Amino acid sequence: MTSKSSAQSGNLTAPADALTTHPVRLLVNGTHHTVELDLRTTLLDALREHLHVTGPKKGCDHGQCGACTVLVNGRRIYSCLTLAVMHEPDEVTSIEGLGAPGALHPLQTAFIEHDGFQCGYCTPGQICSAVGMLAEARAGFPSHATAAVASPDIELTDAEIRERMSGNICRCAAYPNIVAAIRDAAKGA
Amino acid sequence: MRAFTYERAADVRGALAALAAGGEGARFISGGTNLLDLMKLEIERPTHLVDISRLPLRDIEQLPDGGLRIGAQAANSDTAAHAVVRARYPVLSEALVAGASGQLRNKASIGGNVLQRTRCPYFYDTPSPCNKREPGSGCAAIGGINRTHAILGASDACIATHPSDMAVALAALEAQVELLGADGATRVVAIGDFHLLPGSTPHIETAIRPGEMITALVLPPPPPGVQLYRKVRDRASYEFALVSVAVIVASKGGIITAARVAFGGVAHKPWRSREAEAALVGRPATMATYRAAAEAALKGAVGRGHNDFKIELARRTLCRSLANAVQRVPEP
Repeated sequence: MTSKSSAQSGNLTAPADALTTHPVRLLVNGTHHTVELDLRTTLLDALREHLHVTGPKKGCDHGQCGACTVLVNGRRIYSCLTLAVMHEPDEVTSIEGLGAPGALHPLQTAFIEHDGFQCGYCTPGQICSAVGMLAEARAGFPSHATAAVASPDIELTDAEIRERMSGNICRCAAYPNIVAAIRDAAKGA
Repeated sequence: MRAFTYERAADVRGALAALAAGGEGARFISGGTNLLDLMKLEIERPTHLVDISRLPLRDIEQLPDGGLRIGAQAANSDTAAHAVVRARYPVLSEALVAGASGQLRNKASIGGNVLQRTRCPYFYDTPSPCNKREPGSGCAAIGGINRTHAILGASDACIATHPSDMAVALAALEAQVELLGADGATRVVAIGDFHLLPGSTPHIETAIRPGEMITALVLPPPPPGVQLYRKVRDRASYEFALVSVAVIVASKGGIITAARVAFGGVAHKPWRSREAEAALVGRPATMATYRAAAEAALKGAVGRGHNDFKIELARRTLCRSLANAVQRVPEP
C-alpha cells in the first residue's frame, strides 16, 4: 500500500505520482486480494481485468444498463460507476459469490426454471440486482410503484418488481420471465 | 479519463484541508455516480480526489423546531426509506424514488444529488459547442435538438435543465443547504438561492464557494397540506423528467388555504412558482383555479421548437397534481 499518514487528512491512500499503480486491497466473494491498480480503475475493471471475475459484465460503462451490478456490503450498486480504490475494505459479491454449479442461489434456480434470459449477458447483473432488491423490499424501502410511501409494508406485486428492477436492461426483453422468476424466488425467501 | 491522485478523508476538517491543499484541480468525490461518468468523458478533469463518502455525515435527525437535518452523505435510498421522511415529508421520498434506479440510489449521496450536472446531450457530446462545458464556445442546443430543454429562465447562452428530482421537492419544502468552509465557518443557503439561472455564466451552477463542503440539507417543519410529486417522462422508470411537479396544498371547506408549487425539468434550477401559489390561495379547489395557477406559472415560458410541448405539459401536470393532492386526503 502506497500510503503515508497525514495529520490533517488521515490515511492518504495514494499521493504523489498518479501515473504509477498502487496496491489496492479488495475482498471479493470472500477472498482477500491485493491488486496493483491505476487509480482510474473502476471496480468493474478491477474485477474483470485484474481479478478475472467476469460475471459482472460491461454493457454501457455509464450506469445506464445494469449489467455490471454487484453487491457491496450487501447493497446493489453499479460497479462501473465507482473506483476500485474507494472500496477498501468493502465486501464485494458478484454472481460467482452467490452460487455455483451444484449449489445455485435460489434466484439462479428461479431464472433457469422460468427461462429468465435469452443471450444471458445481463443475467449476472439481473440476479445480483434482484438479491439486493429483495433485501431492500424486506427492509421496507419504498419505490415509485408504492402507492403510499409512508406505509412500511411492501407487497411485491409485479408492478413493484418491474419498477424496482428498472435499473437492469435486458435487450432480449426477457422481462416477463425475469419478473416471474423474481416473484417465485421472493415467495421462497 | 485523466490521471489524478486520491486520498480518503478521515474526518470533515481533514477533508476540507485536503481539498485546499490539493489546489484548483482538487474535488470531493462521494457517490461518484455523476462525477466519474463525466471524468470518463473528460468533461470533468480533477487532478486530485478527496473521498468523503465515509465521513460521519449520514445521520438523519429530528430538530427541536420540528424540522429534519439530513447528513449530506446519506444515500438517496436511505433518505427515501427513512420513517420520518416518509411520514412527514412524503414529497421528498416520492421525488427520490422517482429518480434514477435502485443501484444509483444506493450509491448517490443527497449532497451530491443537488450538485449533479445537467444531462443536456450537447454538454456530454464533447465535439459540440457548449457554454457550460467550454465557456464562450456557444450553445448547440439552441437551434439543435432541444426536446428536453428549458422553457423557463433560460438564456441565449444555455437552455439546459437541472436533472434532480429530489431538488424539486426540496424547493417546495424550502430546504436549506448547510455548507462548511475551509475556515471552519458554517453558512446556510436557501435551496431557492443555491442553484443559479444560466445567464451569461452557465458554467457557474450553484452558490457553493471554492473549498466548501455540503454537510447537510436542513428541512424546516413541513408546511400544512398534502404533499405530492408527479413526474412525466419518456419511459415509465429510470429516466429523467420531461416535466415534474412537487405540490403541497391545504384546503378547508373547498377553499385552498396554503400552497407550494415547484417544477422540475423546465429550467436550469428547480423552479419554484410563487405565481402559481398566489393564484391558488384563497380560491376554490376547482379545476378552473388550477388552470389559472398553471397559466400564471408558465406565463413567461419560451419554447425552442422541439420542446414547445413542455409548456402545455407543465400546465396539465400541475393541474392533475393539484387535483390529486386535494383528493388524496379528506379535508379535516
